[in-house]
Amino acid sequence: MRLYEFESKELLRRAGISVPRGRLIAALDEIGSVGDDEFPIAAKSQVLAGGRMKAGGIAFAQDATELAAICTRLLGTTIRGHVVDRLLLEPRVDVAREYYLGVTYDSAAKTPVAIFSRSGGIDVEEARAVYKAVFPLLPPPSSFRFKELLANAGVKGRLLSKMTDTMTRLAELFLEHDCTLAEINPLAVTASGDLLALDAHIDLDEDAFYRHRDLVSDWGLDSRDSSERTQSEFERKAAEIDTTDHRGVAGRMVAFDGSLGLLIGGGGASLTAFDAVRRHGGTPANYCEIGGNPSVWKVKELTKLIMGKPGVEKLAVIMNVVSNTRVDLVARGVVKAMLELGLEPSERVAIFRIPGAWEDDGFAILRKYGVPYVDRTVSIDEAARRAVTSEGS
Amino acid sequence: MSILVDRDTVIIVQGITGREAASFTKDSLDYGARVVGGVTPGKGGQEVFGLPVTDTVRELTERFHVDATVISVPPAFVKDAAFEAVENGIKLLLIVTERVPRRDVVEIVDLCRLRQARLVGPNSLGVISPGKSRLGMVGGPAQDVRKSYAPGPVGIMSRSGGMTTEIANLLTVAGLGQSTCVSIGGDPIVGTQFADLMADFDADPETEALVFFTEPGGAMETALAERLRECPSRLPIFCFIAGKFVDEMRGVRFGHAATLVRSEADTTEAKARTLREAGVSVVEELSRLPEVVREALS
Repeated sequence: MRLYEFESKELLRRAGISVPRGRLIAALDEIGSVGDDEFPIAAKSQVLAGGRMKAGGIAFAQDATELAAICTRLLGTTIRGHVVDRLLLEPRVDVAREYYLGVTYDSAAKTPVAIFSRSGGIDVEEARAVYKAVFPLLPPPSSFRFKELLANAGVKGRLLSKMTDTMTRLAELFLEHDCTLAEINPLAVTASGDLLALDAHIDLDEDAFYRHRDLVSDWGLDSRDSSERTQSEFERKAAEIDTTDHRGVAGRMVAFDGSLGLLIGGGGASLTAFDAVRRHGGTPANYCEIGGNPSVWKVKELTKLIMGKPGVEKLAVIMNVVSNTRVDLVARGVVKAMLELGLEPSERVAIFRIPGAWEDDGFAILRKYGVPYVDRTVSIDEAARRAVTSEGS
Repeated sequence: MSILVDRDTVIIVQGITGREAASFTKDSLDYGARVVGGVTPGKGGQEVFGLPVTDTVRELTERFHVDATVISVPPAFVKDAAFEAVENGIKLLLIVTERVPRRDVVEIVDLCRLRQARLVGPNSLGVISPGKSRLGMVGGPAQDVRKSYAPGPVGIMSRSGGMTTEIANLLTVAGLGQSTCVSIGGDPIVGTQFADLMADFDADPETEALVFFTEPGGAMETALAERLRECPSRLPIFCFIAGKFVDEMRGVRFGHAATLVRSEADTTEAKARTLREAGVSVVEELSRLPEVVREALS
């Protein structure tokens, strides 16, 4: 989960890394407390998206009048799809040089990796001259790892010691808070030779929230929408259905423009089925992954939600050969939904292709209602093709 | 032969008294797997389907030569369970549990590295050598496993547990059996990646072709391509990449935790290119797998 800049900087500050003295405002009348000696000042939109500078989300003011104009303009505006409801005001700093420091995981090496670049403010994935060093956690990491990395990158003298200290603190913070990314970009060397984190980006591992209860409750991370994309009403309703009933994973709904409703799963097969529908010329109305043995209620509610989406005529139900999810429960849920909506299951289900656990019971239900189904001898591709053909008929 | 798990592999289950673990333990016994016992702290002395339950791993390693453990405990307890297994000399760990904190996974990987143990997972459904044995729960109850899996010459590895069974079923229906099928897990960091299994499949006389299933996100395919360039495989290798539509949806996660396109390298298109350059046959339609595999075998 991505943290806001002001939250990321608070974690840096607690870890002993210097950050500009900032203040967070949510309304225009709060800028009255900004003293004359604080100008020039930067106003930075607090949104969970990168590239704020390019998108016009960061502006600089020379005096109070200009600051008021900037705040009026930025508050309530939308930056990269996110509404700006808070601004971080920070005195502008005289910068001699800028660097990049980051810690994340290297999935191929299966270890954390420290990253350094001599050019700060860059997109590190696209930058050249990036130095990386993976470091194991056993034996526990020690400062020399980062000193080696920085020395190798040509950092010398007093700066080497200072930057080694900052990177060590960053790595410790990364591990202590269960981050998946901790990045200072840029890290400035000020005119007086001090290091200052001008911008920061921290992502937390949601799977480790249970051991950071204080932070999670203080900052309300539990209820925060973690997707970088804003959810539609349709998608929100699916998420609600998923959380109302804990049985099975269902949801992760994403709306598309097409006409064929999809109830697909599990993780890999849903991707396979979605691609196959498109390859055969179908236009999916949604992506909706189910798995982990969802209850009849959950399947029923999701089916009703999908069938209620404007423009949706038919539903294709496709999963891999299942071993945990029960075919009969999914079949019952789909049929029940259609009946409750007053729709004819045999006409509105384009195809039902879930072979596996309890398939005989499931197929019996589908036969009873005349729903077109196929067994394990028909592939996911072929089932998708039949769904698309059925839709056209 | 086969890889990782064979007829005589001696298996324990950590978290055996859990609902899911007890159920797959029974299924595995029905399938012929040599599960000899399980561990649940505080429940030592109980039995699960006639198997002894102990409080510690050591009580089992003292009685049996344990080759492998299946770890199915809540996320917060996975690291300690894995450490307990490794420090008691078990050389193969399979972690079924999902949502294990990433830092814990890395520490388990590190300890395995130090002790020359192997980790499959987390978030793996299991490993199966059809007709011989199974670790974990891939394929479900024994009668379902027998429908989807059959012994034969094709190795399978997959980032999706469900697709491990789906692909095996596709091959089985077409009369092509499998040597060993590995669900490597859908998480961003897993102990065993595609490249890590190449030496095993290459050395296994029963394996004559290899099929793998992958998705957008991660760097595992690049690592595999590098490995194949440095150390060419004797096997014909086929790959199916799902999630082409995800290429256009940057920043949105689909399916597994690792299935997310952030940069160009994460896309199915980039992966297909990298793999083709390394000599892998990338199959566009899943249902064509049996015929291309059969062609390669003949």
